[in-house]
Amino acid sequence: MSASTASKTEGINEKLLRIQGIREQRLLLSLATPAVLAIVAIIVIPVGWLFYLSFTGSNGHLSLENYQRMIEYKSYARVFVTTFQVSILTTLICILIGYPLAYFLAMLPQRLAGFFMLAVLLPFWTSLLVRTYAWLVLLQKNGILNDFAMSVGLWDTPVKLVHNLTGTLIGMAHIMLPFLVLPLYGSMRKIQRDLMHAAANLGASPVQSFWKIYFPLSMSGMVAGSLIVFVLCLGFYVTPAVLGGGRVVMVATQITAILENQYNWGAASALGVVLLIATLVILYAATKLMKLDAALFGKH
Amino acid sequence: MNWLKKPASDTQLTHGDRLWLYFVATIIMLLLVIPTFIVIPMSFSESQYLEFPPEHWSARWYNVYFESSKWMRATVTSVQVGVLTMLVATPMGVMAAYALFVSGHRAARAIFAFLITPMIVPVILIAIGAFYAYGRVGLNNTITGLVLAHAVLATPLVMIVITSALRNYDLNQERVARSLGATRLKAFFVITLPQIKFSIVTSALLAFLTSFDEVIIAIFVSGGVNATLTKHMFSSLRDFIDPTIAAISTIMILVSTTLLLATQFIGSRQK
Repeated sequence: MSASTASKTEGINEKLLRIQGIREQRLLLSLATPAVLAIVAIIVIPVGWLFYLSFTGSNGHLSLENYQRMIEYKSYARVFVTTFQVSILTTLICILIGYPLAYFLAMLPQRLAGFFMLAVLLPFWTSLLVRTYAWLVLLQKNGILNDFAMSVGLWDTPVKLVHNLTGTLIGMAHIMLPFLVLPLYGSMRKIQRDLMHAAANLGASPVQSFWKIYFPLSMSGMVAGSLIVFVLCLGFYVTPAVLGGGRVVMVATQITAILENQYNWGAASALGVVLLIATLVILYAATKLMKLDAALFGKH
Repeated sequence: MNWLKKPASDTQLTHGDRLWLYFVATIIMLLLVIPTFIVIPMSFSESQYLEFPPEHWSARWYNVYFESSKWMRATVTSVQVGVLTMLVATPMGVMAAYALFVSGHRAARAIFAFLITPMIVPVILIAIGAFYAYGRVGLNNTITGLVLAHAVLATPLVMIVITSALRNYDLNQERVARSLGATRLKAFFVITLPQIKFSIVTSALLAFLTSFDEVIIAIFVSGGVNATLTKHMFSSLRDFIDPTIAAISTIMILVSTTLLLATQFIGSRQK
């Protein structure tokens, strides 16, 4: 008899504990409220508003004219092509330069790697505007780079290196490189060295074991880094605007131009919505791809 | 050169075999660092045209900067907005990170993902959205509006730094304190906070720098007497190469380098 009462009180206690636990969980979660509200106020509502504006025609009614314009006008097609071209080229340059650098850093002992990592972190922490300005100064017609190249005899007359695609790519690659190197370095550090030993033991040459073992294992970091770089490039504004000198018109530049010249909120918003959707689709595909990657090769 | 014959790693390669890698990596690292820092000597040039190395050294452009009321006003604004952003974003981010890490609620993951959105949404979109919405409520060209927008950008960074600090911290210590009668609040402030304080300082510096260096939102929502340093810099960059910018850039490089070294120092102390 007494045993069953005891189990009953235990049951009641359990329930109370659970209720209290849930209450506490909720109380804890409420600590995130200020951050949630701030993001709702500054991002969700305004972006939602832009979304609505993008579907509003010049007569104030619902319409698709802002999106139709994108398909019909050649100037828009050119903007999209430029945006993708610059983003893809920047990503490729970052991979070409970033892979050897990350590999070098991953091969060093931890302490030394921490020191050399400053070379990646210093520019990373320096204002993007300052770095863009620095390239503007270096690349100009009578700038250091032209002077240097002519004094060594690479070319005879000053070459136009800035206010065009070349300058934009140089500046953007410089700014984006850390976003590739940091995740790539992280994934390289996680690769187990025993695997390389095993490969060597089984008679693989260093080159073989690099391409057969090391490179595939570093892919996850490289894909993650490249995607971050690519997505950031898509919406980039400052560097193409300054180093492109009006010749490299990407989506963000176009949005600003539409607002400055025509004050057409519908058209600007529609471009913004397309940019956002492209970004989200790429990131979504990336997470799917990564999961697939993890499923295929195991977590590393 | 005995070193060259030593094994470079636990593969079969020696340092000699790896020389090409060291060479390539050195060039890449120089390319990463030099372009930014070359602005420093150039800013001390006498000439109207930036030259390297400067023919005549002078502090001319620093004088121009310090004597211009426009640049001084903008500097004050930028520092003000940066400090306020730090004061808003740090507690907001720490609270959110702690809440989501400790609660174990099943919604925590989703809320975390939501709070990271400022890092995913293209900044140009945040900028024009804020510009449009602020226009309706009269927040354009105000410090408040700019601080709010910058705080939203900085909060995810604070959260990431704090979450990783909490991962390396044993929460059982808080449980012990509470089992001995401390409230959760007390346990946090007495036990947890002192142990993650270095990460909090790092995240605060990061929040300041995020705001201080931010360009795009500042171009849209700041203006008039409340225009930031970056906004003025950007508009002079588009028009011509003003050597004053080199002087300002030097100061900005000093600020960010100091802050970076401070966080590295803090990081090494923490271990």
